[in-house]
Amino acid sequence: MKDFIRIRGISKTFGDFIAVNKVDLDIGKGELFSILGGSGCGKTTLLRMLAGFEVPTAGSIEIDGIDVTHMAPYDRPVNMMFQSYAIFPHMNVAKNIGYGLRKEGVAKAEIARRVDAMLELVQLVDFKTRKPDQLSGGQRQRVALARALIKRPKVLLLDEPLAALDKKLREHTQFELMNIQDELGITFVVVTHDQEEAMTLSSRIVVMDKGEFQQVGTPKEIYEFPANRFVADFIGTINTFEGIVTAADDETTSVYSDEAGETLIARGKQLFEVGQQVEIAVRPEKIFIDKERSTREGDICLEGVVDDLDILAIARCIGFALPQEK
Amino acid sequence: MKQQSRFILSILSFGYAFLYIPLASVVFFSFNASNLATVWGGFSTRWYGELFRNDQVLEALFLSVRIALTSATLATILGTMAGLVLARFGRFKGRTLFSGMITSPMVMPEVITGLSLLLLFITLQQITGWPGQRGFSTITIAHTTFSMAYVAVIVQSRLVSMDESLEEAAMDLGGRPLRVVFDITLPLIAPAMIAGWLLAFTLSLDDLVIASFVSGPGSTTLPMLIFSKVKLGVSPDINALASLIIVTVGLGVVLAWLFGRRRSSKAQ
Repeated sequence: MKDFIRIRGISKTFGDFIAVNKVDLDIGKGELFSILGGSGCGKTTLLRMLAGFEVPTAGSIEIDGIDVTHMAPYDRPVNMMFQSYAIFPHMNVAKNIGYGLRKEGVAKAEIARRVDAMLELVQLVDFKTRKPDQLSGGQRQRVALARALIKRPKVLLLDEPLAALDKKLREHTQFELMNIQDELGITFVVVTHDQEEAMTLSSRIVVMDKGEFQQVGTPKEIYEFPANRFVADFIGTINTFEGIVTAADDETTSVYSDEAGETLIARGKQLFEVGQQVEIAVRPEKIFIDKERSTREGDICLEGVVDDLDILAIARCIGFALPQEK
Repeated sequence: MKQQSRFILSILSFGYAFLYIPLASVVFFSFNASNLATVWGGFSTRWYGELFRNDQVLEALFLSVRIALTSATLATILGTMAGLVLARFGRFKGRTLFSGMITSPMVMPEVITGLSLLLLFITLQQITGWPGQRGFSTITIAHTTFSMAYVAVIVQSRLVSMDESLEEAAMDLGGRPLRVVFDITLPLIAPAMIAGWLLAFTLSLDDLVIASFVSGPGSTTLPMLIFSKVKLGVSPDINALASLIIVTVGLGVVLAWLFGRRRSSKAQ
């Protein structure tokens, strides 16, 4: 089902401030969908509208064919994992996880059984009677996840699920999240400001800025074919060259750049007219560095002098000065 | 270095002496055998015995405790509700006015509060016939009015520092708003409510000015009784009463400290 969640013309304003501006979005059943953007871009407001904590100023939200736009949070088939995890400090782990079922009026034996199953899923069986202040950050995150999953929601909303964890734990937890999502087949909607996280986790991503959608697509589409300058800048790193379109057909666009001193050729469908002033962006990993000039057919060569070297964790960042810049 | 630490030590002992010598002298003279409160006439516990045979004192004590218990409880209920509204209901219309009016009894001079309440009670009586006689009920109402302000402030500050997403999470998991208040909010602000209750209890037990305005004949609270007795010269049984209060409060503080220490060591 392609449109398990249907968002139509959703807006949210706080006084004069437009947090979310008329956005449309379809999310499929079983997707792991990420909303990616910087702080204040409206991603959290959008998530809170899905959860029911904010009422949209305009537009509608449907989940599984039911209009939930004005439904209270406690009536929605949606659960949320909060950024702060929001674990009830006065209840132990099992009581925290079982809270949702107790409010539903599920029989005691059934609650105990499902809590145990959840503890198993998130590997916290030995911590059943611990109080939240006796847990580590990673364990608290798993309690929050278990508590949000136990009611078998149609959609699980995750607000910066990994932001509070350190880097090492984050990678591990990321794969755990993906496994759990795969196992249960629940639709996940993740809000994050971390592009790497969004890229590895998600089946699809929406990039947001200033309350509007910049691009919706798979991680590959967004990385390889960013819709605009903002997306290209926001995701990964890029080198940009200013230039003028000299030739364009259905497959390639040629751009002559004074800055590069060369004609650069981009693949992809035609978007620009000959003579148009454009910027051409190149991902650093698409650039190869060699002392000899390449003779391979189709390669574009720029000459330069190494003037800066940074050693990153897994790669080196090499700064070049092109002769034209001198 | 040595010189400096001696200086600090003497300041410290002077400070403690200033605070505790008056209290110690009260306890000391409560064991005085003499009829004069400030002239030592040998050790005796006769004033304690006399205190417990003095119906006037016991009655006043009983009335004060009854008023303190009732008004502290009412103030805690009302103050908690006010604190909840201030901390959790967003920016509703008239919030600034509401917040100002909640806290104003704290800064209002007691004489003004007492006088205005007295005028209110007299007018009420003329119009509705109630309160027929000023006493327990009017003092309780007066104490509730000003001590709920303290409870509201304590509860509000606790709520402001509490993560609001705890309540949202409970709602997200299917708890209706009123259920969430009882499941999550109240257990978490309970320490603030207890602190507020204790403060309200103390304020009420301690109050002389407002109670003097709104009390009627035959309803004398303990502070009023002590004050009126002292006006005729300090009698030794007042020393005995004061000593008992000091011991009770001291014990309360020690118990609270022990309880707090046990809790924090348990948490570790």
